[in-house]
Amino acid sequence: MRTAARFAVGLRLEDVAVARGGRTILADVSLTLAPRETLLVKGRNGAGKTTLLRAIAGLLPVERGRIALTNAGSEAQDRRGHAIYAGHADALKPALTVRENLAFWAKLHRAPIARIEEALAALDLASLADQPAARLSAGQKRRAGLTRLVLSGKPLWLLDEPAAAIDADSLARLTGLVKAHCDKGGAAIIATHDRISLPSARAVIVGPEATA
Amino acid sequence: MSGLVAIVARDVVLALRAGGGAVQAALFFALAVLVFALAVGPDLDTLAELAAPVLWTAALLSTLVSLDRIFQADFEDGSLDVMIETADLLELVVLAKAVAHWLTSALPLIIAAPVLALLLNLPQEGYGPLLLSLAIGTPALSLIGALGAALTLGMRRAGALVSILVGPLYAPTLIFGVGAAKAGLEGAPSYGPSLLLLGAVTLFAAALAPLAGAAAIRFNMR
Repeated sequence: MRTAARFAVGLRLEDVAVARGGRTILADVSLTLAPRETLLVKGRNGAGKTTLLRAIAGLLPVERGRIALTNAGSEAQDRRGHAIYAGHADALKPALTVRENLAFWAKLHRAPIARIEEALAALDLASLADQPAARLSAGQKRRAGLTRLVLSGKPLWLLDEPAAAIDADSLARLTGLVKAHCDKGGAAIIATHDRISLPSARAVIVGPEATA
Repeated sequence: MSGLVAIVARDVVLALRAGGGAVQAALFFALAVLVFALAVGPDLDTLAELAAPVLWTAALLSTLVSLDRIFQADFEDGSLDVMIETADLLELVVLAKAVAHWLTSALPLIIAAPVLALLLNLPQEGYGPLLLSLAIGTPALSLIGALGAALTLGMRRAGALVSILVGPLYAPTLIFGVGAAKAGLEGAPSYGPSLLLLGAVTLFAAALAPLAGAAAIRFNMR
């Protein structure tokens, strides 16, 4: 399933406009993302970073313009099948253990069971796997939420403020994970303030400052 | 398909764990029946007469109470995003959530109903028709309820609004459900047709609620 052709994916946005609740949040956003590339999306609070990521993930309809996958072979039309969004909300059920939460996501993503342990190890959660999610700290919850990226096996990662609440070590681990993902042919878009440093990443600004 | 099974299984596990809703639903149902019984008083004939309508009304009310749980928690914690991202058909996710709601909110009521029927002095021959009518009719309550929950997704304090929205839509199920339970008790010829009509309402809800519910979720996620 995870052949190189399917895994190498890029993205092109052409004059995209997205509205939420009848109000246009984003207008005329154009950008390209090549396979193996990481894009940092910056902008003030409320500039539309989350809206952009949700639109790319297919969770929000695009009002105008076009979002297209590139370099993804013939089955590239379904964007949803290639992108995974890890948002502010960690999607954890407090009453379930960390491993149970991951197992649920793995089933939804049709991921092999082995990938659960892989994801736990990737975000240093193996020792917490049998704790109820309710007992995790904010940073641990965020890390558990980010395991969705690894579990999904999707080539295009969309991270929304992943640095919030996590410590420097975990942040280094996360950036390492994103880098390894991109080296394998994947791509990532990270909405963030300036805490994340990825030398290879390109930055774009959305919102009012973008045109200034 | 396995994703849908996972959604149902997870909701059942959550309902059974501490703070889940399965026990709450049964207790609310028992409380509603008890309040009716206390208000009617000790006259056994009147209680027997009212047993089926009271049990059906209490089942309807306790279903209403649990409706806002169907999508709201998943919406707030981001689980609904994961379901939308991974589902082939959002309609089937709505159906799975309705099935999970039935298993965690209606099934406990059906299990508790015989005990409470005893309290209401329901004649022996009334148990079969009562349980059968509940089994056939309550899936419609969960299905229509899931639609109501989808329509009010993202609203604060949606609980009361869902009840107002969904309550009138429960009328056919209530009427045919009580009709079937009473007809069965009295051995009336309308027993079979009442059950069929009740089943028809449930099938209609099963066909329509997932479609409309998915459309409502797509709209409310914007």
